[in-house]
Amino acid sequence: MSSIAKKKGFGSTLWDYLTTVDHKKIAVMYLAAGGLFFVIGGIEAMLIRIQLAKPDNDFVSAGLFNEIITMHGTTMIFLAAMPILFGFMNAVMPLQIGARDVAFPFLNSLGFWLFLFGGIFLNLSWFMGGAPDAGWTSYASLSLASPGHGIDFYALGLQIAGAGTYIGGINFLVTIINMRAPGMTYMRMPLFTWTTFVASALILFAFPPLTVGIFFLILDRMFGANFFDHTMGGNTIIWEHLFWIFGHPEVYILILPAFGIFSEIFALFARKRLFGYSSMVFATVLIGFLGFMVWAHHMFTVGLGPTANAIFAVATMAIAVPTGMKIFNWLLTIWGGSIKVTTPMLYALAFIPSFVAGGVTGIMQAAAPLDYQLHDSYFIVAHFHYVIVGGVVLAILAAVHLYWPLMFNQMLSEKLGKWTFWFFFIGFHLTFFIQHFLGLMGMPRRVFTFGANQGWDLFNLISSIGAAFMAVGVVILVVNIIITVVKNVPVGNDPWEDGRTLEWAIPQPVPFYNFKQTPLVRGLDTFWIEKMEGNKEGMTYAEPLSDIHMPNGSIIPIVMTIGLFIGAFGALYNGEKDWAIPVLVLGLAITFGAMAVRSLKDDHGFHIHKEDLMNDEGGK
Amino acid sequence: MDFNKKYTPQTWPDHPEQVTLEGKNKFLGFWLFLGGETVLFASLFATYLALKNKGPSGMEFSTNTLFELPLVFVMTMILLTSSLTSVYAMYHMKNHNFRGMQTWLAITVLLGLAFLGLEIYEFNHYVHLGFTYGQSAFSSAFFTLVGTHGLHVVVGLVWIILLILRNAKRGFSLYNAPKYYTASLYWHFIDVVWVFIFTVVYLMGVVG
Amino acid sequence: MSHDAQVYVRSQTEFEYIKQKRKKDMRNQVTSFAIMIFLTLIAFTAVAAGFSVYLIVPVILLLAAVQVVLQLYYFMHMSEENHQVAAFFLYSAVMLAFTFVLTFLTIVWWG
Repeated sequence: MSSIAKKKGFGSTLWDYLTTVDHKKIAVMYLAAGGLFFVIGGIEAMLIRIQLAKPDNDFVSAGLFNEIITMHGTTMIFLAAMPILFGFMNAVMPLQIGARDVAFPFLNSLGFWLFLFGGIFLNLSWFMGGAPDAGWTSYASLSLASPGHGIDFYALGLQIAGAGTYIGGINFLVTIINMRAPGMTYMRMPLFTWTTFVASALILFAFPPLTVGIFFLILDRMFGANFFDHTMGGNTIIWEHLFWIFGHPEVYILILPAFGIFSEIFALFARKRLFGYSSMVFATVLIGFLGFMVWAHHMFTVGLGPTANAIFAVATMAIAVPTGMKIFNWLLTIWGGSIKVTTPMLYALAFIPSFVAGGVTGIMQAAAPLDYQLHDSYFIVAHFHYVIVGGVVLAILAAVHLYWPLMFNQMLSEKLGKWTFWFFFIGFHLTFFIQHFLGLMGMPRRVFTFGANQGWDLFNLISSIGAAFMAVGVVILVVNIIITVVKNVPVGNDPWEDGRTLEWAIPQPVPFYNFKQTPLVRGLDTFWIEKMEGNKEGMTYAEPLSDIHMPNGSIIPIVMTIGLFIGAFGALYNGEKDWAIPVLVLGLAITFGAMAVRSLKDDHGFHIHKEDLMNDEGGK
Repeated sequence: MDFNKKYTPQTWPDHPEQVTLEGKNKFLGFWLFLGGETVLFASLFATYLALKNKGPSGMEFSTNTLFELPLVFVMTMILLTSSLTSVYAMYHMKNHNFRGMQTWLAITVLLGLAFLGLEIYEFNHYVHLGFTYGQSAFSSAFFTLVGTHGLHVVVGLVWIILLILRNAKRGFSLYNAPKYYTASLYWHFIDVVWVFIFTVVYLMGVVG
Repeated sequence: MSHDAQVYVRSQTEFEYIKQKRKKDMRNQVTSFAIMIFLTLIAFTAVAAGFSVYLIVPVILLLAAVQVVLQLYYFMHMSEENHQVAAFFLYSAVMLAFTFVLTFLTIVWWG
């Protein structure tokens, strides 16, 4: 079979994407789907701010407002931020370590489809009797009491999407451990790969408790169990523990890759080796470890007792130490560098003060007595938006500009990129800075409106204006993307001219087998080393040109996912409709049938022959 | 590389499951998955312990009157033995003795089925006593913890049976060796979880 | 990164040696199985005999831990080389498992 791609019609391109196991194409799909959910979550955010722009507003009803805030949080965390980061991990990490694909290409595709269909299932709730309305944390007493099917959509949708994330986590871990190119020791891995590694380890251990918690919720609501019903001996605190055992590491699953992206950007655009590389690695691992030991700081006001609160308060404050190390390392990377202020670099520079502000308010809440004051107020809302928007979203926007040429061989407009940045950055601080004070003035979070005599009018209006600025920024980004895609000017490899790591050394567009010959890594920032020594090719090779073994594409992942998608409707209507159990069984049968087919049918992949490789001028 | 290449006992590698890159990935990925499973079962155990003997006021069921040790003892012995038989199967895989491995795996499957039958009998018995799934928080936690283990047994059985049937006429290759190896790891892990179930749920339940 | 497996043909002596070695390993496996059965018997007997709760509970938990270590290191071959990463992740999981159980026993607000 000929192994080199040809021009294709729309149908075969679609089929290609439905069956692909290529990490680069899966990355594009993650980015597109995550981007779509990001826009949906953003629209929900705008609705929230419109409702709160003036006192006694009746733009949306109280019930609808609850649905919107729940879906905003859930969508942004599970369906936007994480998938977009997964997109960058998929696109960049295998190239950074010199691998031809991830360890389990089939599972990579399965993970994506699970996420996508889980997200679609969750959002179908809008059209099928109402969205979930118990907040993204879905605390059990509240969510058990919620009428309709909203919470069921939440539980089943997140279960499906969560399975995809879990699979992705294991996949990245094995890829990084087993498939590094010769010479790519652990202490030569680029920081983005390191943060991917630690975030994946967190996924491995954080998602099973969430799975268990959500299963309890599903069983309680749909199958007659009594885990959380106190009249039957259940305990609602169990949900809170399970949720936050997952929920806190989740914060680090999001922020660590963001740290990785910024570490790459600082080194690249300061044109200097990352300061304190080994301490950066150490800090990343330490944050990952501590991230698991602090979940109860979300539960200070539950009444766990002074001992528990003290332990978790101290552990939480301890996280500030490795995070502080990172901040100083970044500052010292810029120090004395030959700085180029490109769009990604602008985001990185803006990230430091923004994130530090979020971190400092975090330390304030870590003090348990003060947390009793701040809990469930707008101060909390301000805090977590400062870390998530000021950290994760800025990193995502920076990475879109930074890695766009790597993923699509085109450059986003720097001019429009800077417009996006300024609108977004100013809007972000305008929206959220003032919310600290709203919180201190007593405004509780999750209220759908407030009275004119409470003195919160002006600050809320300012906050809403800021949100509009952010929206304008995102619109400019979308326009920028459309213009760039339509113009389609190829830029070749190393478009930023100062690329340091392996991914920038590959010819553009990246051939589907990534590396014709496996590279030999000779140190940290290996591409930089080669460039400094005048190696025009940018790589030293570890092997002679020979046949390459590649995996086959497969439609089975999407079939397995659709089975679960169908089965979820059966579970949802259990006890209500006659067809519920048959549909559940049918869905599971499709999934397990597809698994059996996958297991029984041998799939040896195929080889690209040496002669084809020599003829393939891929990338030029 | 030819995945269907035939080997002899003389050429069969020491660790056939870890010769190919695919095999290495599978091996490591499966161990990581077992790490995740550990955390999953820890969450179930923790919940069970928190909800043990908790129910609506005046609940008549409690661990020290409900459980019957002789049955649990038999189940434990069966599952422990099945762990040994799958070790034998892997021993024969290393020696490139295909029929030996298939036979020992078949014995493992039979023992697993016996275990499963006893577990179904046990659950059925409890339900007839009125200790149903929705009877109390305790019953929900008990059935979910032990039932999740039972579900793992079912998955393990189906997996091993499929492997035995699919490869019956093919013999060893570097393609199926990692599959056999991970299946046996999975089976051992099921036994590991059971050790904690019989200790924490049954023995500690009877003690009080 | 090579996907090709080198075929290595053992000499007769090597082959005999490795067969002997495997046999010995298998004997160790059977021994550890015997120990596991023995530990299980002790645990069940201790409970049936009705000793004090404060004696039984720590003892049977210890016995379970020993059994699991035997399973992991012998039946699941964790004692062999090439298992460092697996062991690292498994021990991390065990540590977390311990933490979860501890918190659920102490701070779920039952008082």
